[in-house]
Amino acid sequence: MVVKVEKITPKKSNPATTDEVISEEMDMIKKKYLRGEGADLKALKDKKLQGQLAVKEDLYGKSAAAAAKAEKWLMPSEGGYLEGDGIEKTWRIKQDAIASEVDILSSRKQFDIVLPDFGPYTLEFTPSGRYMAAAGRKGHIAIVDMQNMNAIKELQVRETVRDVVFLHNEQFFAAAQKKYPYIYSRDGTELHCLKEHGAVLKLQFLRNHFLLASINKFGQLRYQDVTTGQMVSNLRTGLGRTDVMQVNPFNGVLAVGHSGGTLSMWKPTSAAPLVKMLCHPGPVTALAFHPNGHLMATAGMERKIKIWDLRKFEVLQTLPGHCKALDFSQKGLLATATGSFVQVFGDLSGSQNYSRYMTHSVAKGYQVKKVAFRPYEDVLGIGHSMGWSSILIPGSGEPNFDSWVANPFETSKQRREKEVHSLLDKLPPETIMLDPTKIGSVRPTRKKEKPTKEEIEAEMEAAIEAAKNIPMKKKTKGRSKPSKIAKKKQEAVEKAKKPFLEQHMKKRKLTDETQLPKSLERFVRKKAVA
Amino acid sequence: MKVKVINRSANEFTRETNQDIHRIKRNYDPNLHPFEFAREYKRALNAVKLDKIFAKPFIGCLSGHQESVNCLLKHPTSLPTLISGSCDGKIKLWNLINKKCFLTLDAHQTLVKSICCSNQGEYFFSIGDNTIKQWKLVKANQFENLIENDVEEDEDSYFVPVNTIVSKHLLTQADHHLNKPLIMTCGEKCELWEENRSIPLTTFEWGSDTICNVKFNPVETDICVSAVGDRGIVLYDIRKSQPLKKVILKMRTNSICWNPMEGFVFTAANEDHDLHTFDMRNMTKPLIIHKDHVSAVIDVDYSPTGKEFVSGGYDKTLRIFSVDNSRSREVYHTKRMQRLNSVVWTLDNKYVISGSNEFDIRIWKSNASEKLGKLSRREEMNFRYQNKLKDKFSEFPEVKRIALHRHVPRHVYVQRKEKQAIIASMNRKERNIRAHTKPEKLKPIEEERKKSVIKEEI
Repeated sequence: MVVKVEKITPKKSNPATTDEVISEEMDMIKKKYLRGEGADLKALKDKKLQGQLAVKEDLYGKSAAAAAKAEKWLMPSEGGYLEGDGIEKTWRIKQDAIASEVDILSSRKQFDIVLPDFGPYTLEFTPSGRYMAAAGRKGHIAIVDMQNMNAIKELQVRETVRDVVFLHNEQFFAAAQKKYPYIYSRDGTELHCLKEHGAVLKLQFLRNHFLLASINKFGQLRYQDVTTGQMVSNLRTGLGRTDVMQVNPFNGVLAVGHSGGTLSMWKPTSAAPLVKMLCHPGPVTALAFHPNGHLMATAGMERKIKIWDLRKFEVLQTLPGHCKALDFSQKGLLATATGSFVQVFGDLSGSQNYSRYMTHSVAKGYQVKKVAFRPYEDVLGIGHSMGWSSILIPGSGEPNFDSWVANPFETSKQRREKEVHSLLDKLPPETIMLDPTKIGSVRPTRKKEKPTKEEIEAEMEAAIEAAKNIPMKKKTKGRSKPSKIAKKKQEAVEKAKKPFLEQHMKKRKLTDETQLPKSLERFVRKKAVA
Repeated sequence: MKVKVINRSANEFTRETNQDIHRIKRNYDPNLHPFEFAREYKRALNAVKLDKIFAKPFIGCLSGHQESVNCLLKHPTSLPTLISGSCDGKIKLWNLINKKCFLTLDAHQTLVKSICCSNQGEYFFSIGDNTIKQWKLVKANQFENLIENDVEEDEDSYFVPVNTIVSKHLLTQADHHLNKPLIMTCGEKCELWEENRSIPLTTFEWGSDTICNVKFNPVETDICVSAVGDRGIVLYDIRKSQPLKKVILKMRTNSICWNPMEGFVFTAANEDHDLHTFDMRNMTKPLIIHKDHVSAVIDVDYSPTGKEFVSGGYDKTLRIFSVDNSRSREVYHTKRMQRLNSVVWTLDNKYVISGSNEFDIRIWKSNASEKLGKLSRREEMNFRYQNKLKDKFSEFPEVKRIALHRHVPRHVYVQRKEKQAIIASMNRKERNIRAHTKPEKLKPIEEERKKSVIKEEI
């Protein structure tokens, strides 16, 4: 057994081929940073603009190449992985086996916290993965520093807690309690009671927009701006009570799964759903988004987990199995849980074909309520009826963090500075839309461009050809005489020509009128407006 | 089984001591940066708004003249020294650092019409009473040292002219050659003088009108341009005996300034409220017309980078134009500032100085929201980032609106409205004429740039 394997170094025997391999790899990485194809500059008529844009495109290419280079050589950490020897299946490998193979620090990330009195627990990590909030249904809320396993604050609110989310940083969190959601500070002080939301079942926080989204018992969706306290929108889903709600991290659109099997997607600025799709014949039980925003996983009561391509709104794959909780990791692994059984699927072949990667059973009789991957770590947090557990899922987390986005080693000074910056960069709710790349793009001209003369002629020719080639039916009693057939064909050709000629005539009429001198135009008899 | 999980030791990602800088790791993966374009846009919006908040261009005022300030001159080698001449015949030398006058000269009986000096900065020349007076030029800190050390003879030598030349003709303006001891004066005629001789070397004439402005080219140093009262602009080469060419505009030109970087380009401040930038090689039409003033433009001066220039005029505002843009990027005004006689862009490209009718000289920042003083590296990087963002999003309607909006005094606002109405009415008239003329009699539409030039003579 091998404990740690270095990445296979390229053989030095043939330097030319290794260079080629590297450049091919670089091209692959570069593609990611290019963010799509460049604009087609040859279509531009303005030569000056064309030149300026060509310079810009060149710069984009260079910056993508630099980013690819940085990713290839400068990243400090490497991702995790799990491979079986020979025919060994990865999903048969137990957590104990992994624990004995990895280093001590990592093996400490595997634990079970047993809190039998207040479960089932729901979990939430900060985007940096440093802090975790756990909320027991019976009113126990805990904020834990996952780096040194310190419980920062534990409080007992003495009423039902249905959900908990962190706001923009670990200093504040919101808890959905029996009658209303509340906002607490990190030391457990109750700051706000959000009465307008009502009895909330599920909370979500939109980090870039500073919006707290909630869905209550009556299926009402509310967005509240947490910086100003303004209620941005109040939407009726009209599809009944549900606690299946998830925000798409890519575009900020909120998806809600309903008991009728439909899934609706919402933004705060429109009262009607952006998308309403029938995903399952029965109730939707869980929902998760891939971090790149193109994949969505839904689970239904009918023992099916579906993976959707959100660009085409099509099912990519259907996996069998009950599922109460779903979560995508940063690297795209999909965790599903039912009863006390947790299963992780992975896109191992790279062709968007999810297959079983790892499995885990928490102690028998525990009911899993929530699974959540810890960002930037190979860890899966499991909230269940008897507390919470943490297991190792190698290859699930993004190995390299960006200090300006989410820094697990953030100091309090950095946190304060980031708070100010993120407030300055707060996006208005209008920026939430299905395709965020639309922001900054030019709205296409509404008018359809007129077809040119040649195009019209070509179209007419094609229509005539088509009319000529219509097969004639054989008819009885001399009606299929060659002369008749010829006549009929002629008629068909005339008929095909007619609309084009009419258009032409209309145009000529118009041009006749406009040829009058301008000073005389006012004397032209005006046609009655229909 | 091969297994590896992510494992970070805190030492690698945190600083060792308090004195160290924080370790910053970047990962440019697009998945980690959602809404990148929307956030950039927001940042650009914040940047232009911050620009507005920090736009405090007025730095200070130099007061001390007893009459309106007629001309300004920047010292060619000393940044803090400024020379100003006023309408009561006094010349003052200023120290811009403490905003104090360190030397006052009783130069002329009537107004000081012009001051000029050579590039070496040993002497300067003043024009007034139809005489050219040569004075010793001193830097601000140099003179203060003299006073401290009590060297009286040296001190006194600054108060009397070194040399005085009396001209037979009227003198209105003069400019010094960049490196030769030559002075070009204008008035009834253009005359080329050697510093120490009392008779002009050459006399140039083209028409009989008074010449009001003359400027040497700072690059092609023997070329010279002048503005004539008959609305003409004349080019001279001092190596020749005759002027080179003349172009007649619709209205009179008040002042001219050469672009210090592109030696063949000059900008003329015109009575018709506009500034015309010409290429001296082809003067059939200006390269660009800069419009925004609402009254006659009196003076213009280029920035040392040659990318922008400042102009001031009778509408009591100072405007900064980019050479390739017809609209001004900045307008400065105060309640008390009256008509401007003279503007100067300092040689460090940071300040603009204006001399106006109500006796005061004002110092402005050339970039209204720029932070003065040494910038820390982080500040500098941040400003660069903001500038890039502003540039990238400059065509977005909201950003553009905020960036271009300027508050102007009521009289400018009203006059601008009036001007717009006049132009709109003229355009309408032109349109109507074209609509009611037979097509064969229609003249081709004249280019806007060509309208201001009446003819070119060689």
